[in-house]
Amino acid sequence: MEVTTTGAATGDAVHVTGLTKSYGDVRAVAGIDFRIAHGEVFALLGPNGAGKTTTVEILEGYRKRDGGEVVVLGHDPGRGGRELKSRIGIVLQSTGIDPYLTVSETIAMYSGYYPHPRPVDEVVELVGLSAKRDTRVVKLSGGQQRRLDVAIALAGDPELLFLDEPTTGFDPSARRGAWEVVKNLAALGKTVLLTTHYMDEAQYLADRVAVIAAGRIVAEGAPGSLAGRDLATSRVRFRLPDGVTPPLDLPGARLLGGFTEFSTDDPVVVLHRLLGWAIDAGVTLEGLEVTRPSLEDVYLQLTGGTGGGEAAEPAPAGRGWRSR
Amino acid sequence: MNGPALTLRQVRYTNKAFWRNPASAFFTFAFPLMFLVIFTALLGNGTVVIGGRAISQTTYYVAAMASFSVITACYTNIAISVTFQRDSGVLKRTRGTPLPGSAYLGARVLHAMLVALLLVVLTTAFGRAFYDAAVPSGGPLLRSVVMLVVGAASFCALGLAMSAAIPNAEASPALVNATVLPLLFLSGIFVPLGDDAPDWIIWVGRVFPVKHFADGMQAAFLGTTFHWSDVLVVAVWGLAGLLLATRFFSWEPRR
Repeated sequence: MEVTTTGAATGDAVHVTGLTKSYGDVRAVAGIDFRIAHGEVFALLGPNGAGKTTTVEILEGYRKRDGGEVVVLGHDPGRGGRELKSRIGIVLQSTGIDPYLTVSETIAMYSGYYPHPRPVDEVVELVGLSAKRDTRVVKLSGGQQRRLDVAIALAGDPELLFLDEPTTGFDPSARRGAWEVVKNLAALGKTVLLTTHYMDEAQYLADRVAVIAAGRIVAEGAPGSLAGRDLATSRVRFRLPDGVTPPLDLPGARLLGGFTEFSTDDPVVVLHRLLGWAIDAGVTLEGLEVTRPSLEDVYLQLTGGTGGGEAAEPAPAGRGWRSR
Repeated sequence: MNGPALTLRQVRYTNKAFWRNPASAFFTFAFPLMFLVIFTALLGNGTVVIGGRAISQTTYYVAAMASFSVITACYTNIAISVTFQRDSGVLKRTRGTPLPGSAYLGARVLHAMLVALLLVVLTTAFGRAFYDAAVPSGGPLLRSVVMLVVGAASFCALGLAMSAAIPNAEASPALVNATVLPLLFLSGIFVPLGDDAPDWIIWVGRVFPVKHFADGMQAAFLGTTFHWSDVLVVAVWGLAGLLLATRFFSWEPRR
């Protein structure tokens, strides 16, 4: 008998291989693979309609997959089962809560479904709703309700938490608050699978990011080094006073909209020479910037066009560059 | 916790939430009493002949409104509220927890049945106090309790089945009323049906469960004959509802 690699055997919390799912003629998920280690915060980053929610809902047991292998905490989520459900926590993209119970009553109600719940007071504190514990759900703000969503998902003290677009529609301060909650979970050693279409969210929260577009994973890695952006060439740009030309032999320098711009793999040496020249000559380098592709640049390159598989090709440098 | 314990625990939360929506709770209880007052004021002076006996329409309406309150609390309320919970995502969230679906829905059904029982007691007490209606006791009481329990459970099952047929929450009150209002009229709930009712109406009453249920409830109040076949027909409808609900019930919004 052939030995198959299961998530349990490899010690992964989640193991997905060749997952596919179609709705009619639409291939929502077109063959994706990824693994999430125990205790890792993993983000699926992609535009709306990329297949994030379909993927997550297959892992949560809401959808049947068409093909591929999925192992979640050693179980096939397609078979459901209370045993798996008692070890995971789910924050769906949009779900209702009974409006007439209070925050602590709601959490207590859900706690009762689980074999080893986390104490209600602890959960309330973890999501920062202590001041609202006796408030009815109907009176909570949108951000507070989302925290309650997370609290409900934490009620059973799950090992693995699914967060499907936890901050969509939030104002900036509510997003910051939600991020702190997720950071707290990571500190507790929970495994987290997060979907988002916010680059900064993935960057701030995730240990690893997979960029998903048109049902495929087009890049995967730590947010800082995704698609090789840590190794990418730096772009230097500045504006010189009228009539001044740099005497230096700058690599590939060109003039763009009044700015002098060039790329270099060795910014330290080149900048040293450039700045030395500017100081000696008493020339100001107006608007001086040194940039590498941001996560957003990489993301836009990878998901741009959204025509499908071809997005997997590394985009040529020089497209979609932006300062951070 | 095992299934029954989880169900009972869930009944308590369902009950808590029910009473915290005062408008909804008030009208659930006020409706049957309000209709009782209106109908007896409009039509309460006459008599209706059932099984060859002349019965005061006031007494008739006490029994009819008791039946009406059970149908409202079970069929109408379950169909509408479960559809709203489905569309707001409460059901989907519950589905992602280890709570068995049967415990969650079972709790809603049990709660609706308790509300129905309370409504029948209230309507009877109201009828006794203001309309001199007879309060059943002994054998007739026991038989009508059987009818009440079987009827309440069956109308809940039909409500769950109905929710599976409702495409979205906004449409649910209209669709639910479209299915139940004609039957309430044709089954002698709102307008007394005696021995002289037209044939086709009598046939509608024989096919659908509302008239059988009302007859079973009436027997205790009016002293008419109790037929176990009425209980059987209602139970068969309830069973059919349960099967349809099991097969077609949806835990997620139909979008």
